[in-house]
Amino acid sequence: MSALLPLLVGLPLAGAIACAALHARVLSRRRTDPEARPGEILVGAIATGAASAAFVLALALFVRLLGLPAADRRIGASLGTWIDAGTLRVPASLLLDPLSSILALVVTGVGALIHLYSIGYMRGDPGFARYFACLNLFLASMLLLVLGANLPLTFVGWEGVGLCSYLLIGFWYGKGWPADAGLKAFVVNRVGDAGFLLGIFLLQKELGALDYASIGAAASTGKIPSATWAAALLFCGAVGKSAQIPLQVWLPDAMAGPTPVSALIHAATMVTAGVYLLARLSALFLAAPGVLLVVGIVGGATAVLAGLGALASRDLKRALACSTVSQLGLMFLGEGAGAFDAGIAHLTTHAFFKALLFLAAGSVIHALGGEQDLAKMGGLRARIPATFLCFCAGAWALSGLPPLAGFFSKDEILGGALHGGHAAILASLGFAASFLTALYSFRLVYLVFSGRENFAGSPHESPGVMLAPMRVLAALSLLGGALAWIPIADARPIAAFLAPVLGGEAAPGGGAEHVLVAALSFAVASVGFLLARRLWRDRGLAGDEGLARTALWRLAAAGGVLDAFYRGAVARGARLLAIACGVFDLFVIDGAVNGVGRAASAAGASLRALQNGKIQSYGIGIAAAAGALLLAGLLLGRG
Amino acid sequence: MTVPTAHVYALGAALFALGVAGFLVRRNLLVVFLSLELMFNGAIVTLLGAARARATAEPSTFALFVIFLAAVEVSVGLALVIALFRLRRSVDSDAAASLRG
Amino acid sequence: MDPILPLLVLLPAAGAGILALAPRARDPLRFAGIVSLLPLGLALGLFFAFEGRSAEPQFGFSVPWFRMGGVDVRFALALDGISLLLVGLTALLGPVFFFAALGPVAERRREFAIWGLLMETGMLGVFAAADLVLFYVAWEISLIPLYFVIGIWGGPGRGRATTKFVLYTVAGSLLLLLALLAVLLEGRSSDLFELARTPRLLPASIETLAFLGFALGFAVKVPLLPFHTWLPEAHVEAPTSGSVVLAGVLLKMGTYGLLRFCLPIFPRASADLAPLLLALGAGGAVYGALLAWAQRDLKKLVAYSSISHLGLVAMGLFAREPSAVSGAVLQMVNHGISTGALFLLVGVLYDRTHRRGLGDFGGVARSMPLFAFLFGLTAFASIGLPGLNGFVGEFLILSGTFSAAPVVAAVGATSVVLSAVYLLGAVRAVLFGPTPDSVAGLPDCTRRETATLLPLAGLMVLLGVCPGPLLDRIRPSVERIVARARAVAQAEPPRLERPR
Repeated sequence: MSALLPLLVGLPLAGAIACAALHARVLSRRRTDPEARPGEILVGAIATGAASAAFVLALALFVRLLGLPAADRRIGASLGTWIDAGTLRVPASLLLDPLSSILALVVTGVGALIHLYSIGYMRGDPGFARYFACLNLFLASMLLLVLGANLPLTFVGWEGVGLCSYLLIGFWYGKGWPADAGLKAFVVNRVGDAGFLLGIFLLQKELGALDYASIGAAASTGKIPSATWAAALLFCGAVGKSAQIPLQVWLPDAMAGPTPVSALIHAATMVTAGVYLLARLSALFLAAPGVLLVVGIVGGATAVLAGLGALASRDLKRALACSTVSQLGLMFLGEGAGAFDAGIAHLTTHAFFKALLFLAAGSVIHALGGEQDLAKMGGLRARIPATFLCFCAGAWALSGLPPLAGFFSKDEILGGALHGGHAAILASLGFAASFLTALYSFRLVYLVFSGRENFAGSPHESPGVMLAPMRVLAALSLLGGALAWIPIADARPIAAFLAPVLGGEAAPGGGAEHVLVAALSFAVASVGFLLARRLWRDRGLAGDEGLARTALWRLAAAGGVLDAFYRGAVARGARLLAIACGVFDLFVIDGAVNGVGRAASAAGASLRALQNGKIQSYGIGIAAAAGALLLAGLLLGRG
Repeated sequence: MTVPTAHVYALGAALFALGVAGFLVRRNLLVVFLSLELMFNGAIVTLLGAARARATAEPSTFALFVIFLAAVEVSVGLALVIALFRLRRSVDSDAAASLRG
Repeated sequence: MDPILPLLVLLPAAGAGILALAPRARDPLRFAGIVSLLPLGLALGLFFAFEGRSAEPQFGFSVPWFRMGGVDVRFALALDGISLLLVGLTALLGPVFFFAALGPVAERRREFAIWGLLMETGMLGVFAAADLVLFYVAWEISLIPLYFVIGIWGGPGRGRATTKFVLYTVAGSLLLLLALLAVLLEGRSSDLFELARTPRLLPASIETLAFLGFALGFAVKVPLLPFHTWLPEAHVEAPTSGSVVLAGVLLKMGTYGLLRFCLPIFPRASADLAPLLLALGAGGAVYGALLAWAQRDLKKLVAYSSISHLGLVAMGLFAREPSAVSGAVLQMVNHGISTGALFLLVGVLYDRTHRRGLGDFGGVARSMPLFAFLFGLTAFASIGLPGLNGFVGEFLILSGTFSAAPVVAAVGATSVVLSAVYLLGAVRAVLFGPTPDSVAGLPDCTRRETATLLPLAGLMVLLGVCPGPLLDRIRPSVERIVARARAVAQAEPPRLERPR
């Protein structure tokens, strides 16, 4: 039990409410003074303060967790019962164990840095306070997702981040397309969530309990008869939230929001939820090996295809978005191979360098006055040197070259893929993705920072409040991997730390096999880097030409095919179905109803001649009827 | 000498039939009213005949009710006829056929 | 003998009487609004005084009324947990009805107030009745005032819409009346709770017929899938207040009836016909959602969304699982709150622009931020976002239905996806994007509008975060109904072989 745990969710929530209240005050002032603005320092301080306080809290709890013996590193907190009806009972209880503790640190730490950065990035925006309210709510939802001790509570956070992404992607609602992108993100997520919900229902039906402890215990003893179904359904939810094939279409559009929001969505919150969910339910997934293989293949395929997409993109943010999809695919690939700890490790390092890359990209875009087109960049290295260095650190880490963070975690995934079953498929997909990663990472570096200057105006370096978080993240990208995941013999701290939570055996580290993987991964990434250097260092976008003729490139361009298919066939088809239903309703169902009415009127019309308004003719009717009755009575009554 | 009950019933039936015929044949609303009264009277005579034959009180009670009712009906009905006359300048029943369906 | 229920039910009627006798009342609508606050206060008191662990009806009041066919008909009122919640919902939307009309209803305000108060008495009576005949009387009383509310203060097509609405629902009521008489005469009792408890069941032949009568009568009111076409027309023509009460309370009378009559009084028939009703419920949920998506008129969209949501409720009821039935009861309340609020919000737009088309608006969030917040919140509550009220009900319904009939639940779950599509599509069309000149610079919600909307918005959050007090109060009643349905259904499955 710990009272601090609810506070961890409560702090950002309180921050969100405070910011919302400030926004409401600004709005009411705007009724008289259209130019009214929030006190940006106050709002920024509240929001960033709440996020930072949550980080400090997460850190304190992490330390306390470390102090416990490895087998029972669990801190729980219960806030009573949320839902209790029939056989369904959902306690409002939170759980901090090694897995959720790592996630909580990442969410609050990276989140707080993004908050700080946003103060500079969003300066002067009329919706400043609204922005920070959503940002804080985003953190609170993500923390609830991570800390919830049962599936329904996780689902609350799960939908909560969906809501926040909707609000933030569509933050600039006045333009139509950000609002459309937000809508798309929410709806695509909802499709996956329907699967998630059905998975929850299935577990509830078979198990009668939804808390992770019971699910884990039952799954590892084989007491869930339809574990395969349950795992498959829950994986649908993960596919939606983590933007895997075939539901990856929403994430590239999600860049319609402010750039720090992309950093938040792609790094600290939201998309990592699927990876977290699989790790959290690792016992269940291990009980369903078929589904696990699907997870690995979906992840690998997504990693490669999205990597190609990133390579073919001419938009800086879009390229980074595709890269996120690809990296998430890698994490799923690792989890599919049974290396859940590797997935979480990569999630963590990825949070560092992807947040860094997005913030640096934001800084570039900020410097160029909103320009995102790669064709209109180049040669920025001298103009914004600090941003350049940070971006380089991020790209280096992303590409998986040693000794930066990405190398170690990617290494773990590739090692896991080789170690697990189906090594041939998974490992080859993994290495292909890893090659592409290095290629597109450095393509971006060269296109943005070296070569000819294609931009207009005079770019300026971003303010300190934006650079500081970038520097911190750069340091984490540089050192994070080395500190936490350096394989010293068999002692792999993160795997050991996570071992009590994650089912299955952790792949052994060190040894000859590991050296082989490391060497291969290094070689692949280096080839990617060198190729990128040859193609794009001097020639800029012209470097694409050589690749543009290859079949692979065309495949990358086909990344939009799925999106077009959804838009054209699925969305339009469903819409047509809806309209057809409308027509059916109007003419068939309502037609039948009106037909009954019309039949009644017609019957009335044909009888109206009898009702001629003359009493005497009515009287004849009455007399005749009375006479007939009398006659009938006389004839029948006696008989 | 007592009048046989059958004769009383026959008188009632004759009065009633006369009333029906008048009601159906005549168009003047005042005459129609008279015919209605004839029908009432037929009914009253029949009821009283029955009262005498059975030596019970109910038929007489009904007869009294009918007399009351007839009085009420006439007052309302005549008022309606006058209203109709004011409206149409006629007491012909076919002039009041605007409730035609 | 507790006089509080008759007081609660008859207070609005008394208010109507006062208004009828005082032709020169200065502001009859405001008076009616204040009168309708009294039942709300009483209902709140009852909510907290309710003994939650008991399935027995509470606060009973019963005096003999008349005898019919050897059965004592009584003027009997009582509440169990289920009716408690619905009485609370009715009492909540009563004041909303009047205060929301303060602005838009300009003519014949006294009559409007009288009809509204009578309707409130009828609706409260339906939910509080503990006697079959009293239930039916209240059922009819609640219908007629709405006929006048739509017929007098409605839109241009009101004549046709009200005729259809009244004929359709009266036809349903007639079936209801026949079935009700059959139950009364065969069951030898007019006491609702006794009929639901008695071990003696109706003869099988009568049971099925009477069940069908009840189910059809209620299905028209809900409205379930093929009987729904009167609803959109009535909603489109109704004044805002009328729509709020129609969607918020009157439709719940149908689902309440299904729960109160069909399940416990005809356990065998409801077991036999549950597949049909499950299919109609789930099918209606998806069909209604698709229709809502096809609409270009905001009010029609919300009307069809009601059909979709109530289909889900019916599905939950006939899953005959405690969690699904609890969810269905909760969802009746939730739907009343969120759809009531949606109609109010559409009314806010309509009062300003006299438009309701999705294409007529855009970027309204810019000039009406408070409206935008409330609209967004209500839409998300209606979609079933966790943390808001709609989620708990939907989750329970789907979860319970899943354990009884997984495929049906899966079909129902698609309506949850579709609800996001059409409601957020509406939010997108109205609140976001560029603003056409015709709706530029609309004034934000007035104090009066905010005052009617904010309590509903507060409840959406409150009931989403802690549904416990509601669920606790309905649990015993729901479990009793489900246990009875199951016990009888399991005890005698092969009906044909039953010995005479």
